[in-house]
Amino acid sequence: MSKSRKVAGLALVAALLAAPALAGKTGLGREALPEEVAAWDIDVRPDGAGLPPGKGSVRDGEQLYLQQCASCHGEFGEGAGRWPVLVGGQGSLKSEGPEKTIGSFWPYASTTFDYIKRAMPYGNARSLSDDDVYAITAFLLNQNGLVKDDFILTKENFSKVKLPNEQAFYDDDREKAERHFWQKDPCMKNCKPDAKVIGRARMIDVTPEDGKSIKVE
Amino acid sequence: MDQDPQFQKSRRGFLGGLGATAAGLTLAQAGSARAQATPDPAITEIQDWNRYLGDGVAANPYGKPSKFEKHVVRRDVEWLTASRESSVNFTPLHALDGIITPNGLCFERHHGGSPEIDPAKHRLMINGLVDKPLVFTMEDLKRFPGRVNKVFFLECAANGGMEWKGAQLNGCQFTHGMVHNVMYTGIPLKVLLDEAGVKTNGKWIMPEGADSSAMTRSIPIEKAMQDCLVVWGMNGEALRQEQGYPLRIVVPGWEGNMWVKWLRRIEVGDQPWHHREETSKYTDLLADGRSRRFTWIMDAKSVVTSPSPQAPLKFKGPNVLSGLAWSGRGSIRRVDISIDGGKNWQTARLDGPVLPLSLTRFYVDFDWDGREMLIQSRAMDDTGYVQPTKDELRKVRGLNSIYHNNGIQTWLVRSNGETENVEIS
Ligand code: HEC
Repeated sequence: MSKSRKVAGLALVAALLAAPALAGKTGLGREALPEEVAAWDIDVRPDGAGLPPGKGSVRDGEQLYLQQCASCHGEFGEGAGRWPVLVGGQGSLKSEGPEKTIGSFWPYASTTFDYIKRAMPYGNARSLSDDDVYAITAFLLNQNGLVKDDFILTKENFSKVKLPNEQAFYDDDREKAERHFWQKDPCMKNCKPDAKVIGRARMIDVTPEDGKSIKVE
Repeated sequence: MDQDPQFQKSRRGFLGGLGATAAGLTLAQAGSARAQATPDPAITEIQDWNRYLGDGVAANPYGKPSKFEKHVVRRDVEWLTASRESSVNFTPLHALDGIITPNGLCFERHHGGSPEIDPAKHRLMINGLVDKPLVFTMEDLKRFPGRVNKVFFLECAANGGMEWKGAQLNGCQFTHGMVHNVMYTGIPLKVLLDEAGVKTNGKWIMPEGADSSAMTRSIPIEKAMQDCLVVWGMNGEALRQEQGYPLRIVVPGWEGNMWVKWLRRIEVGDQPWHHREETSKYTDLLADGRSRRFTWIMDAKSVVTSPSPQAPLKFKGPNVLSGLAWSGRGSIRRVDISIDGGKNWQTARLDGPVLPLSLTRFYVDFDWDGREMLIQSRAMDDTGYVQPTKDELRKVRGLNSIYHNNGIQTWLVRSNGETENVEIS
């Protein structure tokens, strides 16, 4: 190979290698078809964006709930055994044992619809129709005392349903509220009185395996 | 504490020097290897492994740890959750060293079980407020320019969540084991978003999983463009199934729940979605009944992994105290150690790479005289954030916030070496 051909060859390689980076878009992948987007894009927002057409009544929701949900979440949403509680807990958030449910804690009703549609019933996700999800959501709102027994939830009236705890949420403010955790020179000597043990995990004894007894040489 | 809880001055360079009582113990060890009365059969007898042939190269096409290490495994706490498919197990931090977590020991948390996904049938869709919604195969993704390898810690926001009301679990595997540190291989999320063309009103993204919980979280576009990755590799090999095979999103420094596994879709929107995992869960209920939301960053934290309840002290004399520190705000600048429950502190030695948003290893080489110790570690990051005590945290957060417990851990080391999780005044 002549010297000039070699040089030209190297230049070509360099150009080839550099090309994709310069092009901006790679052209990789392909355009998603509307049917594909529709199949996966099922998410719902508080403003109602993403809600499918449909409706469901508290009464229909109760039937569906008893068949498909009550075995885990309890007949009244009280949670069977240790499965999640969906109903009640109002007024408990400041107590020692807060109960965080759709009625007591969740800020938006849309979250209930979105979550049930994407993930419930547990182990058989995406098996409910949109009308079923409207009906079950209506039932859970009703059990939480938020809508009447004859209520019918629809795409149109959805965003009118407000949950009582919405205003209690605020954006992370640790950098202000916990400003004192930023310190130039943390104390190194004689920082506090002698420390005393005031609690021991061993007293509660919930660790799966107990520490084996050991020997010091 | 019945003795002066101050540090010893040691020839190994652990300079406490705070008290005059230090003397004896350190020096007693100097230059005095133990005497052996009879010859050690481990030396004088010819061992089987010395005489007979070992395994051939075909015995273990994918190597496993030695059978003598079979106790080094992820463990779970059965009473924690109602279902094993929506549950968690814990990294055995007490048995690991360095900063990289072995793939098979990275803790697991899933909400609908760990799915087995055929990579040939896996797709990533980008849709919403983009110029052109796109679909990628795994092969498409691996052809993208700009591939990167980066080490990041991932910590579940609920790590230590059982300890808000007091010491509960005996072992750093259980109190701190919802963290791992991995080198990921993939591409910046920005590359994919640019390919689709984010519209000017695209302010949030929402990654979504392909599993039966179809996990979703809202992430601001600034973070997505800044340092999020879409990855298929961990520690040099493909992602493990339980870590999101074939694809997951990496959200450096932010709570683990956002690192959606089995990633199949990223939607771009103009508002957050307020989905279940950012309302019902992963919001921090404070004492006044109000709740912080979008508490994404993991604050600086550290833990002594040895000694700890599962790794007690067995010997007097020379010992190595070891632990891990990390911060979601940057790099670890310093770690201090106390053996008297936070009264006096000594700076530990950082070893190995000190990377931003990564676990960082620290050591203190010390001589132990058999005295009781209340061991603590305190991390400081390069923003000047100093890991608070548990009481300082409780003062601002109350007892009900579950998430983001980065308070200083105390281990009581008894004079027989036994170590336990305690709360102190
Ligand atoms: C086999 C048991 C089971 C069944 C049946 C079931 N769920 Fe669930 N549900 C769960 C589990 C487990 C979770 C928590 C999942 C997790 O950890 O992410 C859950 C979570 C929920 C939540 C969120 C709770 C919270 O506080 O965040 C709602 C709402 C819910 N389920 C509604 C339903 C509805 C409606 C049905 C019936 C269509 C249903 N579930 C059927 C087990 C079940």
